[in-house]
Amino acid sequence: MGACQTRAEHQYQDLADKTGFSFEQIKNLYQRFQQLSGNEETISRANLDSMPALANNPIRKQIIGAFFDKRNQHQDEVGSCDQIGFEQFLMVMSHFRPPNLRTTDEEKEAMRKEKLRFLFNMHDSDNDGTITLAEYRKVVEELMSKSGEIGQETAKAIADAAMLEVASINVPNMGPEEFYEGITFEHFEEILKGLEMESRMHIRFLDVDTSTMRCGKSQS
Amino acid sequence: MAELRPARCWRTGFFFCLWLLLFLSVASGSLVVVSGSNETSGGPAGDTPEDPHHQTNSTTHKKAFPVLSFNYQDVRKPFVISLWILLALLMKLGFHIIPNISNVVPESCLLIGVGLLVGGIIKAIGEEAPVLDTKLFFHYLLPPIILDAGYFLPIQAFMENMGTILMFAVVGTLWNVFFIGGMIFAVCQIEGMQLAGVDLLSCLLFGSIVSAVDPVAVLAVFEEIQINELLHILVFGESLLNDAVTVVLYHLFEEFSHAGTVTVLDGVLGIVCFFVVSLGGVMVGAIYGLLGAFTSRFTTHTRVIEPLFVFLYSYMAYLSAEVFHLSGIMSLIACGVIMRPYVEANVSHKSYTTIKYFLKMWSSVSETLIFIFLGVSTVAGPHAWNWTFVISTVILCLVSRVLGVIGLTCIINKFRIVKLTKKDQFIVAYGGLRGAIAFSLGFLLTDNERKNMFLTAIITVIFFTVFVQGMTIRPLVELLAVKKKKESKPSINEEIHTQFLGHLLTGIEDICGHYGHHHWKDKLNRFNKAYLKKWLIAGERSTEPQLISFYNKMEMKQAMMLVESGSAAKLPSVLSSVSMQNIQQRGSGNRRAIPSISKSREQEIRKILRSNLQKTRQRLRSYSRHDLMIDPFEDNVSEVRFRKQRVEMERRMSHYLTVPTNRQESPSVRKVCFEPEHQVFTYDNSESPRDPRARPDPGPLDAISLVSESQGPNQSREPRAKVPQEQEEQEQLKLSRCLSDPGPNQEEDLS
Repeated sequence: MGACQTRAEHQYQDLADKTGFSFEQIKNLYQRFQQLSGNEETISRANLDSMPALANNPIRKQIIGAFFDKRNQHQDEVGSCDQIGFEQFLMVMSHFRPPNLRTTDEEKEAMRKEKLRFLFNMHDSDNDGTITLAEYRKVVEELMSKSGEIGQETAKAIADAAMLEVASINVPNMGPEEFYEGITFEHFEEILKGLEMESRMHIRFLDVDTSTMRCGKSQS
Repeated sequence: MAELRPARCWRTGFFFCLWLLLFLSVASGSLVVVSGSNETSGGPAGDTPEDPHHQTNSTTHKKAFPVLSFNYQDVRKPFVISLWILLALLMKLGFHIIPNISNVVPESCLLIGVGLLVGGIIKAIGEEAPVLDTKLFFHYLLPPIILDAGYFLPIQAFMENMGTILMFAVVGTLWNVFFIGGMIFAVCQIEGMQLAGVDLLSCLLFGSIVSAVDPVAVLAVFEEIQINELLHILVFGESLLNDAVTVVLYHLFEEFSHAGTVTVLDGVLGIVCFFVVSLGGVMVGAIYGLLGAFTSRFTTHTRVIEPLFVFLYSYMAYLSAEVFHLSGIMSLIACGVIMRPYVEANVSHKSYTTIKYFLKMWSSVSETLIFIFLGVSTVAGPHAWNWTFVISTVILCLVSRVLGVIGLTCIINKFRIVKLTKKDQFIVAYGGLRGAIAFSLGFLLTDNERKNMFLTAIITVIFFTVFVQGMTIRPLVELLAVKKKKESKPSINEEIHTQFLGHLLTGIEDICGHYGHHHWKDKLNRFNKAYLKKWLIAGERSTEPQLISFYNKMEMKQAMMLVESGSAAKLPSVLSSVSMQNIQQRGSGNRRAIPSISKSREQEIRKILRSNLQKTRQRLRSYSRHDLMIDPFEDNVSEVRFRKQRVEMERRMSHYLTVPTNRQESPSVRKVCFEPEHQVFTYDNSESPRDPRARPDPGPLDAISLVSESQGPNQSREPRAKVPQEQEEQEQLKLSRCLSDPGPNQEEDLS
């Protein structure tokens, strides 16, 4: 029992260093991981797909895809995997940590880049480094997919307008013959700099074990 | 010349105002604006200046028909009221004409100063000055300001900081009341200050009056310093929500001071009362808000009275809450907040503008009047100055505010993500201004020997906060380099990503398995969409997703902006030369069918554009393809400039609005038109002369359509995915007809 404990702690220490979570939070997330995976070692897409809570979410495919996207693991790999282990799960979750009072400005800047990179990867499905018009259109369509019969045309119009805005902010003096390939990461940062990602893109990771509060809310 | 004119204006304005002041004082000396005051005493004095008029006009022979008679008494009351309001507004006007003053001194201070002046003049004449009557204040002057604030409350920021705001409003105010009340009582116990006989309950009552942060004063000062949204909403939200606390405490202590003894039961009842007052107020407001939203669903045929519904329902909410001694302010805020999204979806654009402007207008007038009356009442009221009491009140107010803010922030920062820095705390503490609410509540006190002393102290505190803190907050904000409000244009990208982020975070929370902030927000949104919108929004707008409404609003705003700037014949500044063709793939020939945007929406947008364009059209009358002569009345305009202007405008249009078109090889006539280009083509093709001048920009200067896209005969060769309805096309063609050449070809048939 003691040996297991220290081994787990050792592992947790590793994870804590890599992801920045506290021990309590890692323990809670591990328990949630166990719930989701049905006490297996890895989670597959089917596990996440079958969650009823996500059913109402218009962008669930992208969210689930982000978990299995290797680019979010910060290891310079591309592509996607079919199963993820706890460490990968935690890495993805670490993108949603909030900044605390002690984070310096550089750390905040780095955090923001990381979060924006996460978002960028969600949009850039073919991993060519730019979000093309087609990809952006898809994003808008997905966003409005649960809102009823909107029609493709409106989604296209909105995506076009958005693209136009990006282009005009970033490359204001484009000649009429040039073609704007797509949104690069720098442009993406530029247009979203007003949103203060480091403070908005986070969820509260509780230090309290909430799994016991979810009676009957197992891997639903 | 340019320098002389403002100086001359200033002087004439000054003398005019002085004369007006004198006249006003005399006239109002004959009438106290307040109900229930004696009017007759000032009667003869007010009439004496008018007697000479009367005498010269009175005829010497009897029974002749009076050609000119003088009857001031009949119209005295409305006359004086209007005169007061006119004075207030002229003062406001004057302050903005006089350079440099409005930068240094906030408007509220100037208005109080004017009030003091008027009060002084009235007193010097020997008349009785009107006093800020409590009924007048609470029933007529305060509601417009609160409604304006509530209707335009930034909900997002408010909800995000709700916990903090509530902490400051409830706990902070309680702390202030008990600290000030207790310490004042301690001061009163000091021997030799002639303050004996002021018991604890009176002190607590006094504390409850003087400790509440006042929304009117906060609004007046903070509006001018343009501080960042977080701080603004913290201080402002606190000033709104502490009304419930103030109401409860005030009535509680008043009851107690009559009863004499306080028991634990009374304390418990007080707490219960607080919840009843605040939640009850919110509920009353919510009910009226929903009623208002529901009513606005049916107003499609009576657009003219739409704004009235908004105002009346809100006012009724306020009055109904006052009937039950609930918090009227919270009721008004709740009503405005709840009503707004549904009403805005239902009412026409003009009604929306009307509502906005009327609210701003009324709140502006109210605020001005309140400050002026504050000044007048200061001069008029009976005062009992007691150095110790007043000085200690002022000091205690400051100290308790600072301590309260610091203490609460320590607790609050444990729960906040975006922590409040020391600078923020300082601004929040410094922004705790007292104002007219404290004054009016003081007036409501029962007359005893201490009332005048209390009133004097309250007035001093108000003056101190408004003058000293109000004047110095701006330089302090500069000095401390507090973040200012950022001017952000509505950006479709930000909106898309805000929504995206919302869904993303909700999804992650679901995966993590705990119900957080986003989860509940998402639930509320879904409930809103499923039930409320169906009931409260008319027509197909009820199913319109938020992104589309945002997009439509943005397009409409930009279209209006362009039209207005175009018709003013100013060269709009070009932001970028990017247009749609830079983005879309070349040769993407697949054109789209007409999307299913609601026709009524389209119609509305077109109607607005059309009405604005007709003004433009009249200006452009001089230029036509057939008529190369410039209209002699258009003296400022030259052809080249016109052309350039149109080019720029079209570039801007194509920058902002999406375009459904191919690159057009053949030159289109460069008219200022907001129709899809091929519509113009339909018309143009039937005309022979091609205009070579109209191609200064070789790029496809795409004409604009709004969200709707339509196909024209140009592309009729391509298979249409969706056949446009006959009526719609007819309407569009008619539109193109009236938009294009205003020459004699107006009635030409389209081929």
